[in-house]
Amino acid sequence: MHVPDGFINAPVSVATGVVAAIGVGVALRGARRELDDATAPLAGVSAAFIFAAQMLNFPVAAGTSGHLLGGALAAILVGPYTGALVVAVVLFVQGLLFADGGLTALGTNITIMSLVTVLVGYGVFRAVLAVLPEKRVSVSVATFLGAVVSVPAAAVVFTGIYAIGGTTDIPLGSMLTAMVGVHLLIGLGEAVITTATVSSALAVRPDLVYGARGLRKPLQIIKVSDSQGAAA
Amino acid sequence: MSAVSTGRRVGTKVFVAAGLLVALVLAGFVSYYASGSPDGLEKVAADKGFDAGAEDHASAGSPLADYGVSGVENARLSGGLSGVIGVGVVLVVGGGLFWALRRRQAPEDAA
Repeated sequence: MHVPDGFINAPVSVATGVVAAIGVGVALRGARRELDDATAPLAGVSAAFIFAAQMLNFPVAAGTSGHLLGGALAAILVGPYTGALVVAVVLFVQGLLFADGGLTALGTNITIMSLVTVLVGYGVFRAVLAVLPEKRVSVSVATFLGAVVSVPAAAVVFTGIYAIGGTTDIPLGSMLTAMVGVHLLIGLGEAVITTATVSSALAVRPDLVYGARGLRKPLQIIKVSDSQGAAA
Repeated sequence: MSAVSTGRRVGTKVFVAAGLLVALVLAGFVSYYASGSPDGLEKVAADKGFDAGAEDHASAGSPLADYGVSGVENARLSGGLSGVIGVGVVLVVGGGLFWALRRRQAPEDAA
């Protein structure tokens, strides 16, 4: 969903740049509370992983592809503030070195692919987790739903930005329908990749998954069991 | 109770290293097999005709532009190399930022 230069006019690009700068500023403050000696390297590797995953376009419909955005993934793995920074770092490097996403569009891209995906993805994740039982499988379900919603949400916000500052005059209703439709499909791919990644991390080191910290942990040695019925 | 041993836990260093290894394999090798079709936004822009405004990228002359390494002819090598370089740059930039932001803790055990 990387927006190139020239899609959004200068004034609105400046405005989204301000929004992105404020968002990154808030994230920088909040990330201090999330990061410690163990999670800082994890956040760095999360950024590297999302950069790699974004190279992997998967087909979603005839002649169309999509790739992971990673906002929900980063927020669930390392926390929402740090997660927003993770995606922002990826977008920054992509725009600067790889000519992927316009430099004048960096504010727009950070707004939709970092701030919106984290806010919506992590918000849905938390809301779903709040109503499900405290189990590891609940984290995976909440992860899937947060990820699947985050992508069309970003598409909706992009369409809104285009409505204000788009450089061509096109019917916005049909654009919104097309954007949401294709990004619902991409969102499914996002959800599959995100859930697989989070579930893998949960299986190995659940204590390192930020979004799973609410799960009650017994203070004794944890017995690995596959029981579905009785609560341990 | 299952027969799974409870003693061994994957260390944080190993966990982080494994994540990095996966990222390198994805960017360096698997990326060659990614779909070349336009992504959702590109496709909609072309269909609806709002791609007219798109301009050339300011970094189009970058040696890594469009996920290749300029001067490397072999497509697989060029793309894979650019992916590995990108993973490295993101790791250094991101890792450096997060390390600088982290809460300083008193070391719990003298290593």
